[in-house]
Amino acid sequence: MIGLSHYLIVAAILFTIGVFGIFVNRKNIIVILMSIELILLAVNINLVAFSAYLHDVVGQIFAMFVLTVAAAEAAVGLAILVTFFRNRGDIAVDDASMMKG
Amino acid sequence: MQAIAFYLLAFVTLAAGLLVVSARNPVHSVLFLITAFFSAAGLFVLLGAEFLAMLLIVVYVGAVAVLFLFVVMMLDIDFEALRKGFAQYLPVGGLVAGVLTLEMIFVAATVATNGAAGKNATPMASPEGISNTEAIGRVLYTDYVFFFQMAGLVLLVAMIGAIVLTLRHKPGVRRQDIGKQVARSTKTGMELVQIKPGEGISE
Repeated sequence: MIGLSHYLIVAAILFTIGVFGIFVNRKNIIVILMSIELILLAVNINLVAFSAYLHDVVGQIFAMFVLTVAAAEAAVGLAILVTFFRNRGDIAVDDASMMKG
Repeated sequence: MQAIAFYLLAFVTLAAGLLVVSARNPVHSVLFLITAFFSAAGLFVLLGAEFLAMLLIVVYVGAVAVLFLFVVMMLDIDFEALRKGFAQYLPVGGLVAGVLTLEMIFVAATVATNGAAGKNATPMASPEGISNTEAIGRVLYTDYVFFFQMAGLVLLVAMIGAIVLTLRHKPGVRRQDIGKQVARSTKTGMELVQIKPGEGISE
């Protein structure tokens, strides 16, 4: 029998995979953005699982808003990435501190 | 049957997630991301949240993942150079990830057995008798209509922001200037020149 804990554990592992991805790919900002998407997916799995097991539909509404914000974040992040690449010809994150005062 | 489906989808989701962060080629990363989202949508269907499952496929696989694919293929990047430090950060990253996983699993197990949601043994994503989409619509367009509008505004701002960031005017491109065309009159548009024979016009 699949219970709430099974879904929560899957979401927890997916979340840590996302955090791990940010750690090991800290130069490649595209993979960092994808890791953030994985983290938000884990959050969504948590929200939907709680929504289903609490018999309350509000959790799914919240998951929808998280989805919206994730899509907006991906669009703006990739736009910044494209602009950064145009200016520098490279996307190495450690060189991105050129704006420090 | 449901258990088999759950374990299969969960395994595919986690394996694809791990491959997203460890694939050598970012194009493969994006493809594994699509796989992860598909399997997660399957998990949502298992929970009974069909509407969100379809939303996940349409929004993520249809829009966000394709956007990633666009950017990865459009930019000419030396990805091998960006992978430097992968092995160096692997131990500390693995340590943090392991500790985080254990802590979250403990919390999840406690919440699932002792929390308010632990009393219900079966998932029910929508109330008895109405479909999942209808249940979401009934709540979304009444209690949460303001937040719904705000979500639309967030998307609008993100769209304008992305356009502003990436739009660039190339110098030297001739564009139609309607104001200039309308403001033109016979006095400004025409000039009478006296030409001496045999010399032509020198501008």
